[in-house]
Amino acid sequence: MSTPRRAARRGPRRFTRRDLAVLGVLLGIPILLDVAIVWGPTLASIVLSFTSWDGIGDIHWVGTKNYENLFTNYPQFWPAARHNLLWLAFLGLIATPFGLLLAVLIDRGVRFSRFYQSTLYMPVVLSLAVVGFIAQLVFSRDQGALNAILADTENPTDWLGDPDLNIWMILLAAAWRHTGYVMILYLAGLKAVDPSLKEAAAIDGASERQTFFRVVFPTLRPVNVIVGVITVIEALRAFDIVYAVNKGRNGLELLSVLVTDNIIGEASRIGFGSAIAVVLLLVSMGFVVTYLVQEIRGEKNR
Amino acid sequence: MSRRNLLRGAAAGAGAVALPSLLAACGSGPGGDGKTITLGSNSSDPVPKKAFADAFSAYGKQSKDGRKIKVNTVDHNTFQENINRYLQGKPDSVFMWFAGYRMQFFAKKGLLHDISDNWAGYQGFSPALKAQSTGEDGKQYLTPYYYYPWAVFHRKSVFEQHGYQAPKTLDEYIALAKQMQKDKLVPIAFCDKDGWPAMGTFDYINMRSNGYEFHKNLMAGKEAWTDKRVKDVFDTWRSILPYCQPGANGRTWQEAATSLQKKQAGMAVFGLPHPGAQFPKGEQADIDFFPFPVINPEHGQDAVEAPIDGFLLAKKSKDLKNDKSLESAKDLLKWLATGKAEDIYLASDPNNIAVSDQADISKYSPLQKKAVELVSGAKQISQFLDRDTRPDFSSTVMIPAIQTFINKPKDVDGLVNSIERQKKTIFASED
Repeated sequence: MSTPRRAARRGPRRFTRRDLAVLGVLLGIPILLDVAIVWGPTLASIVLSFTSWDGIGDIHWVGTKNYENLFTNYPQFWPAARHNLLWLAFLGLIATPFGLLLAVLIDRGVRFSRFYQSTLYMPVVLSLAVVGFIAQLVFSRDQGALNAILADTENPTDWLGDPDLNIWMILLAAAWRHTGYVMILYLAGLKAVDPSLKEAAAIDGASERQTFFRVVFPTLRPVNVIVGVITVIEALRAFDIVYAVNKGRNGLELLSVLVTDNIIGEASRIGFGSAIAVVLLLVSMGFVVTYLVQEIRGEKNR
Repeated sequence: MSRRNLLRGAAAGAGAVALPSLLAACGSGPGGDGKTITLGSNSSDPVPKKAFADAFSAYGKQSKDGRKIKVNTVDHNTFQENINRYLQGKPDSVFMWFAGYRMQFFAKKGLLHDISDNWAGYQGFSPALKAQSTGEDGKQYLTPYYYYPWAVFHRKSVFEQHGYQAPKTLDEYIALAKQMQKDKLVPIAFCDKDGWPAMGTFDYINMRSNGYEFHKNLMAGKEAWTDKRVKDVFDTWRSILPYCQPGANGRTWQEAATSLQKKQAGMAVFGLPHPGAQFPKGEQADIDFFPFPVINPEHGQDAVEAPIDGFLLAKKSKDLKNDKSLESAKDLLKWLATGKAEDIYLASDPNNIAVSDQADISKYSPLQKKAVELVSGAKQISQFLDRDTRPDFSSTVMIPAIQTFINKPKDVDGLVNSIERQKKTIFASED
């Protein structure tokens, strides 16, 4: 087969049989894996959420009873949903902007900036479960460091046992880690901003504030997208920190914990747990679809 | 391939059952000769692990047929959480588990091997023990090994120093608590961060007020939680709460036991191993207890909460299909049921007491001897809330419910209504 003839042919025949085979294998394996370990279980969860399977006996179809039960008759469900949203709001509106602020300060070269940078980044290397254990050392009512520092022995505050308080303490602990993560991402982004832009803004007489919001911040768009995605993922997958503290009970409920409690634990209410998992899936899909739509639109505009 | 297997396969892909299948994989050890008995153990803590190792090697030594045990130890909580899938997968021939409803639940699902023939030959077990080892079908499934009674623990020296007397009735208990408050002590150390410790208090108030039969039926889903008798339990509990350490939902049992050890708290409702684990060696002899006080004279102090751990045969075990292996496994259970076998275990784990009345109690500590008296005088032996009912009910409904009660003790009506509604959906899922 000579080259000119091959170039003349367009379309599917551009590939030889061998190319097709290689492509098929290379694409096929990931697709198979994707179906087997992502879509298969996802669909299985959706199917199982309409059953009352306990993991042992036969599968009985119960229609939407699990969902009715979940919404009306499971005291932990609504608090868990609220906590997940609170988590998202707290990370998105407080921890993330705070990380940006720190990045800007450090980027401007305050004294000892390397020291601050490494200190603030330190918690990021810890797993959230470990952060949970540290939080207990700090916030425990009887033996915690915080109450010892406050010298509050008469009527100590129950930072982790009081259901009105503990979620905030845990959010603080989670934000401790999240802030450093966000800061590093923004620092990288800020380093990439062309200094001539800032100079041009300064020549035009823009104040520092104006320079940041009108010139620097818009150029950070790609980083903003990444940080936004990370924040949403962190909020929805939150699990290990509350599980380490008190198994996600008594004011620390999260959807992921309820799924685990019902399915993985001894309870084995697999149908019911699947229904919670489906709710979590739908919430996540909301964010994933919004993100994808935005990205695809962005591609077109570019 | 049935629909169920297909779904199970899909779930396996998700990793949801990856762990238990790993557990199960450990089970397919050597077999063939029928002399090696595989045993699944949940005793991952160092003290019981060593004590069991002693007992199992003693079995191997005394066995004339050269039988020996191959132990697969799994982390306690992991074992507990995966028991469902473990028993359906490739379980070991013999495994450790709990008596009572938690065992009956699996017996009913056909996952346990009937050992009534073994029981016919067992000696030294009380009728209460037999009842706790029996399934709903009247057959025996469990060989009990040891138990650890629950009571109100305190320090001897604190009681002597202030001249306190062990209270016999609820009124005396509250009077003592008031006196302790005057003496600048927290009367009752209290904890429920882990979700289960406060269940012991609930069980005792319930059994003292309404008797063991009611406890059993309530746990089995046969009584309504909206019943006045249940509300009375919570009302009584509320009258004790002002004397309990505040902030229980943020405190682990280790922390509560420590406050008892540090003489900050006067008493605590615990199981036998709990204070022992937090008291230094030199202060062990200072631990004492009294039975939970009388509330309703009709029931007195008849019932004792004493969870029993023991050994069972897993029906799905491949080895048990072989007659020789089955015989070996049953031989092991027979040996474990003897007082001598329990002595070997308790020699290195003094935080429990033997179930057999043939066990040698001469080496027991005074505390253990007192515990033996407590259980041998009991008319009924209950397990624990989470062992006397369905696991899905205790973990997803009762743990949050009791924590809610501790936070808001006033709304009992709302609480029992919520428990009852959830109970109905869970117990209705029974086949």
